[in-house]
Amino acid sequence: MTTAWSGAALAEAIEAFAPGSVEKSATRDVWLNPNSILVVCEGLKTRSEFRFDLLSSVTAVDYIDHFEVVYHLTSLPMNASAVIKTRVGLGRTDASVPSVVSIWRGADYQEREVWDLMGIRFEGHPNHKRIMLWEGFPGHPLRKDYVTYDQSIETGITASNEDGV
Amino acid sequence: MAIKTQPVTVNLGPQHPSTHGVFRMRVMFDGEEIVDVEPVFGYLHRGSEKLAEERTYTQVVTLTDRMDYVSSMLNNHAYMLAVEKLAGIEPSPRGVWLRMIASELQRIASHLVATGFLLQDLGALGTPLIYAMRERENILDLFEMLCGARITNSYLRPGGVFMDAPDEFWPALKRSLVDILNTIDELETYLSGNEIVFSRTKGTAVLPPELLINASITGPMLRASGVDWDLRHRNPYDYYDKVQFNRILHTASDNYARYWVRVQEMRESLKIIHQCVEQIEPGPVRPSFDEIPRLIRPPVGDAYVAIEGSKGELGFYLVSDGGISPYRMHVRASSLINLTLLRDMLIGGLFGDLFVTFGSVDLNMGEVDR
Amino acid sequence: MGQSFLDNSLWRNVYCFLAGDSTDCATRNYSDGVLPAGMEWLAFLIAAVVVIALVINGVLGGVIVLIWGERRLFGRFQSRTGPNRWGPWGTLTSVADAIKTMFKEDVVPADADRILFNLAPVLIAAPALLVFAVIPFGIGTYVADLNVGILFVMAVTSLTTLSVLTAAWSSANRIAILSALRSVALLISYEIPMALALVGVIMLAGSMSLGGIIEAQSVPFIIVQPLAIFVFFLAAMAEMARAPFDLTEAESELAAGYLNDYASMKFGLFFLAEFMAELSTSAIVTTLFLGGWKGWEPIPSHFWFAAKLVLVLFVIIWFRMTLPRLRVDQVLKLAWKGLFELTMINIIVTAVLIAIWPEPTTSRLWIMAAINWPVAIISIWAVSKLLGTTQYENPVPDPSSPVYPVATSAIPASAVFSGDVVVGPTGMDGGD
Repeated sequence: MTTAWSGAALAEAIEAFAPGSVEKSATRDVWLNPNSILVVCEGLKTRSEFRFDLLSSVTAVDYIDHFEVVYHLTSLPMNASAVIKTRVGLGRTDASVPSVVSIWRGADYQEREVWDLMGIRFEGHPNHKRIMLWEGFPGHPLRKDYVTYDQSIETGITASNEDGV
Repeated sequence: MAIKTQPVTVNLGPQHPSTHGVFRMRVMFDGEEIVDVEPVFGYLHRGSEKLAEERTYTQVVTLTDRMDYVSSMLNNHAYMLAVEKLAGIEPSPRGVWLRMIASELQRIASHLVATGFLLQDLGALGTPLIYAMRERENILDLFEMLCGARITNSYLRPGGVFMDAPDEFWPALKRSLVDILNTIDELETYLSGNEIVFSRTKGTAVLPPELLINASITGPMLRASGVDWDLRHRNPYDYYDKVQFNRILHTASDNYARYWVRVQEMRESLKIIHQCVEQIEPGPVRPSFDEIPRLIRPPVGDAYVAIEGSKGELGFYLVSDGGISPYRMHVRASSLINLTLLRDMLIGGLFGDLFVTFGSVDLNMGEVDR
Repeated sequence: MGQSFLDNSLWRNVYCFLAGDSTDCATRNYSDGVLPAGMEWLAFLIAAVVVIALVINGVLGGVIVLIWGERRLFGRFQSRTGPNRWGPWGTLTSVADAIKTMFKEDVVPADADRILFNLAPVLIAAPALLVFAVIPFGIGTYVADLNVGILFVMAVTSLTTLSVLTAAWSSANRIAILSALRSVALLISYEIPMALALVGVIMLAGSMSLGGIIEAQSVPFIIVQPLAIFVFFLAAMAEMARAPFDLTEAESELAAGYLNDYASMKFGLFFLAEFMAELSTSAIVTTLFLGGWKGWEPIPSHFWFAAKLVLVLFVIIWFRMTLPRLRVDQVLKLAWKGLFELTMINIIVTAVLIAIWPEPTTSRLWIMAAINWPVAIISIWAVSKLLGTTQYENPVPDPSSPVYPVATSAIPASAVFSGDVVVGPTGMDGGD
């Protein structure tokens, strides 16, 4: 059975090698400072007490006043899982976070997808392009303030995708 | 004497017979050799994750059917587990057994499609594909008995399945299990030892296990490199801890190993179904509407559940704001993530191996683009 | 002229019907002809046109039947019915297909070299038809019995390379060019084993005329020359670009290869040429190795020829249905490292045997067969060992020493999240 790290224990263990990187922790989740993502992830992957060698999933959630990037990590040697989150783009401006492609190559397409659909920049991504939609597509559709063409007709708000395609 | 050659860029897809849908690759060839590959996605993007935000939790099931359309049951399964975890629903035992049977049947169907199309890509002009499809028809007929639909099943509901299997399902299932086993044997005698299949796939697109794990690749691809990682065994969900099955491993990590692992996994799925049929007991297939309302409003929170899909780890990440529809749904699509190493697999290979390697990844464009 | 063409029953019947005055016809019991005396040249001309029309239309009709038969067989091999809507057992499906093909729009790509683009279908269909000129369909039934028949066949069939290259180059399509490069490599490589495989046959028969070779087969050469038929058949499959050597079309890789930009009847000509090549290859195999029209009386020779032809066609279709495609390097390796050696062995062994018995009688042919078969089996086995792929030694990993450590250790018990609370906080209540 895969065991899940509790948020408190994980936060404590992360603080031990990267002081000041944890913002807070709760049940299963640890919120990290976006600037320390690279250091922490490197440690989570290589340090013998974590050994998170598989990045299960990278995704992002739009919480209106900020975005949250969620990393689901799995450790094959220890059969353990953990969730780390980071809050970016407070006040919906300048949403960006360091890319973890240099640590886990599996983040490649997932980060591109997050950028494409949610509009969060991944600094240092080797191929930072849209993946599902075409270059030049206006807006990022998974954002809560994205207005589709149909919605713009109903509400009178200008569509994010002004071509109405 | 080296002959000076000029690389040629060829655009393969989205309209191409072997791209398993609408995948597109810009490939640079030096003669027959592949120099560079750039995959282009998005021709089947339907915005399922956005659509899910406007539907109730039960209605989203229909969207998951259409993601990986050759393993709809597995998508249903993963999604429902996430909903149950999010809303804290305790499923009914009979419903769980039924959805395990459905999932394993779907896994066989998906592996049959993968095997058939791999051999189609090898140039076998349809014969093995049609034999594989014939068996898949059997499974789809069973699904039709279960839920009335063949491809887009929408069979699962929070806490179980929406309808009990009819009486005629069980004898039909027994017959089909024998037929499927015969077809697998047939495929194996015909193909596993075939010199052309073997010489074409042995030693092509080899990936070391460390690289596979680093690139988040899971499922049969990972097991073909010898890593014993199967979520049904390592993190048993539902009643997978009550059934015995072997994990199929191969050390070669080449195209042949991937093919071989899939074929053997079908046999293991048959074993699991037999055990499920033995252990299933009468009872309700889902909690009554008194226990679980028709309109679920999970408490505020998030949940991530991953199952062993036919192509790898299939995960659903759901965020609830306490309302009737998911605040955010994210799918960890194994088809997309398994393509991460496509360039590493293809570069330096020959054109003839391009689509074979591509087929051995076993991807489904519905899941890649969602 | 010497009127030697009158040995040919096709010619003779038409010619003597028209010009019965001729002494040659009279000696063969033909009554007076239709045309007045002195018009033999006209009779000759009409006979030529009639014979050529007969053979061409016969072949095209055969192709129509072949396409239907092949599709029906495909259906059987793939456990489905195959075409069965038009006509009894779907026999008219090919006719419907032909009509549909002719009425389709003739698309020419904007960048295409129009002259070559239009020429290529003709270039591929003409040689495919020309081969039938030398094939004896029965006793005395042929268009021409060349004394260099085999050379003619080899020369004409190798023209296919040129037309494929023309088609690919003129359509200015990159996939087509890749296909043409494969085609050239493939066809040129397989010309050599194909020609060399026939050397043994020519030595045995002492003739290069197809008629002469049939006469020499008191024992069918498939029995006397097992290596030759093995190599020739494989090489012929490659020449036709048939599975498992269908690299040029390679549906799952190159879509349709050099045919990508062809539509309408231009595509139809390529399609016809492909099936004509299949038909002509079967006819050549029948002639050279199965004794051609030879059989037992009273059943006419044409029937025997057709029966053997259908048998060979069946084998070709069977191959196509059951084998996956080889990769281009493997195909070339097979030609140069496998088939080439086998033909050399065959030539040497046959040469030694002929040196011992210069005039092979029936019983001596049987002795040769008894010597050739062990040689063939041993050499094919040796080549397959040399070129074959070895099985994996240890495909299943040892559980005691795993490739990658999985679940070997565990996280400290104090750090485990014990999950009564399934719902964690989100950014909604976690934000400050």
